[in-house]
Amino acid sequence: MITEAVQEREHYLNASYGIKSWLLTKDHKRIALLYLHTITFFFFLGGIFATLIRLELLTPKGDLVSADTYSKLFTLHGVIMIFFFLIPSIPATLGNFFLPMMIGAKDLAFPRINLLSWYLLVIGGCFAMYAMLAGGVDTGWTFYVPYSTNYSNTYVIATGLGIFIAGFSSILTGLNFIVTVHRMRAPGMTWFRLPLFVWSNYATALIQVLGTPVIAITLVLLIGERTLHIGIFDPARGGDPVLFQHLFWFYSHPAVYIMVLPAMGVISELVSVFSKKPVFGYKVVAFSSVAIAVLGFLVWGHHLFVSGQSVYAGLVFSFLSYFVAIPSAIKVFNWTATLHKGSISYATPMLYAFGFIGLFTVGGLTGLFVACLGVDVHVHDTYFVIAHFHYIMVGGTLMAYLGGLHYWWPKMSGRMYPEGWAKLSALVIYLGFNLTFFPQFILGYLGMPRRYWTYPDEFQVLHVMSTAGASVLAVGYLMPLIYFMWSLRYGPIAGPNPWGATGLEWQTASPPPAHNFDETPIVTTEAYDYAALAAREEVKVG
Amino acid sequence: MDSHAETAELREQFETPAQQKEISTLGMWIFLVTEIMFFGGLFLAYAIYRREFASVFALASNTLDVVIGAVNTAVLLCSSFTMVLAVRAAQIGSRKALIVFLILTILLGGVFLGVKAYEWNQKFEEHHVPGPTFHLEGTTQQGPAQLFFSLYFTMTGLHALHMVVGEGLMLFLLWHAYRGKYTPSYYTPVDVGGLYWHFVDIVWIFLFPLLYLIARHQH
Repeated sequence: MITEAVQEREHYLNASYGIKSWLLTKDHKRIALLYLHTITFFFFLGGIFATLIRLELLTPKGDLVSADTYSKLFTLHGVIMIFFFLIPSIPATLGNFFLPMMIGAKDLAFPRINLLSWYLLVIGGCFAMYAMLAGGVDTGWTFYVPYSTNYSNTYVIATGLGIFIAGFSSILTGLNFIVTVHRMRAPGMTWFRLPLFVWSNYATALIQVLGTPVIAITLVLLIGERTLHIGIFDPARGGDPVLFQHLFWFYSHPAVYIMVLPAMGVISELVSVFSKKPVFGYKVVAFSSVAIAVLGFLVWGHHLFVSGQSVYAGLVFSFLSYFVAIPSAIKVFNWTATLHKGSISYATPMLYAFGFIGLFTVGGLTGLFVACLGVDVHVHDTYFVIAHFHYIMVGGTLMAYLGGLHYWWPKMSGRMYPEGWAKLSALVIYLGFNLTFFPQFILGYLGMPRRYWTYPDEFQVLHVMSTAGASVLAVGYLMPLIYFMWSLRYGPIAGPNPWGATGLEWQTASPPPAHNFDETPIVTTEAYDYAALAAREEVKVG
Repeated sequence: MDSHAETAELREQFETPAQQKEISTLGMWIFLVTEIMFFGGLFLAYAIYRREFASVFALASNTLDVVIGAVNTAVLLCSSFTMVLAVRAAQIGSRKALIVFLILTILLGGVFLGVKAYEWNQKFEEHHVPGPTFHLEGTTQQGPAQLFFSLYFTMTGLHALHMVVGEGLMLFLLWHAYRGKYTPSYYTPVDVGGLYWHFVDIVWIFLFPLLYLIARHQH
């Protein structure tokens, strides 16, 4: 798909050919592309389930699918989107590709483990898809006991195994990133010269390494309970079902930050490049990522406000949950401050960054509503919660992922995407997203519970708006899929640094050579030093 | 797999052999941190239920054979010692000693697993395996008693699984040691394999008192 113009010199895409050169590659850039294809597949698969959910909810009656099928649809939507799209999304594609380049390394510390982690995701995905084709699973992505252990007559074990295996993929990516950032930085690349994307992926990696093993043991116990009735979660033997929820959310709440922290890193890059200013308060933004990672481990109990957890525990978890707002707000304020008196360009990635900041702020602020004990009792398990976390996951992570993909596309492919179409798609996605999910806040506040396939007639207007928005959103997501492929052949050739960015990844050719840099770069300037970049360019021209 | 030369020498992503060694070791340490979190979930469950059903757990714990458990602990500690000697042998470049100590480590690990299998078999004979035929003398709380044994089997089972993986690692090291791959300038796999072996050992050091010793004073 690459034409002669790009093929003139050797780079990572034409360094070797054939299916084997991809399936056995140890090049982090190629592995990133393997991930990109895999998670794109899972994204559209999860999207199909979302489409069916929205179609069913177009009318108050359950006329498209049965209640059982509906339960399977939202379960598979959640499982696929969370474990097979959002968690690997930014770290495994953009992170895999650019983290080593940004620190001036030839590759990640463990290239073979990197490849292994991709295979683990694929194998885990195969288990999940087997469960899907064999008859689905209907427990919800949370697998709450005792339903998942004693009552559900669906493919809980296959799905659980799939997540277990995909979890090791996530652990190994995190392990690789931590070691790489500690030990593979180029000369002069000190910790406080790291691009903020590296900091946020580092913080993410800490959560992946510390949190994911806990979901692994939880799934082992769940499978043990379902097959051998070991009793750990079974009140009949003195076990406690709430223990499952504690263990589950000990991972799954930090997992929210596995999904959103890398997105914040992307936004820091975008906001800086497209206003041509260093990120305001670099160190504070860097540490806020680590603070989110640490605080993220202390708030899991806010998912258990109505699960029979003691009120005192609830109070503490509610109090601690508010603290997450501090580093999150620091980021939003600092991005905004970065824009101040910047030379702002409205290129597509920046549109996504603006989208992220707005939607993430809504998602974050509504997070305070649900972190509040009293309010949460009212909105728990309603569409308010659904809207809240879709503002974070889709409005936040997905917007940043798409923004990052547009931003780094010229580096990855050597070609520019069509700017006009890209701007249009960013706009369509932004509007479609709000039309889909804003009505859900109102629905939830009015009492529409999540996971129901029917609803009272008076909710229909809002549901129709939501479904209409979802159709717009679907168009918005299909557009980049088409024009990115188009650009591989017809896009204008991109130079090494089309955006005038400071990161090391922009100081090598597009697409990069197999070993990233012709010679190991030596770093002499701080991150986002546009003046130094301009001076260097002048020397080159002069 | 890769050519002999590439694995023994410097891999292409690294600048110096020292960097390569540091990175491999750091990678293993981080992996062990994930293992702590993995076993951590089980220790949490144990702590909660032991607090809730203290007397039943004490009763159930006292049915375990403390002599066999202690002997097995000693066996495992010895295997850690031979592992240390193996690393030392690799360090000073004594291929013969390395092979001997790896074989000893493998044998001691095998003895541990054999004794463990014998103990599990005993549980089946004594009806101490959770399930329809479960019965523990001296208590009406058969449910929580089963919980103890569920935890016993899960914890020692996962530990044994790690031992089996460790035995595999040791066989891998033995094969490469036999082929003379490790030299004083390159023995990182032995070092890193040793770290893993010691970690699995340490897990047992926690399991042994929690499962066998919590109520010995009641005898």
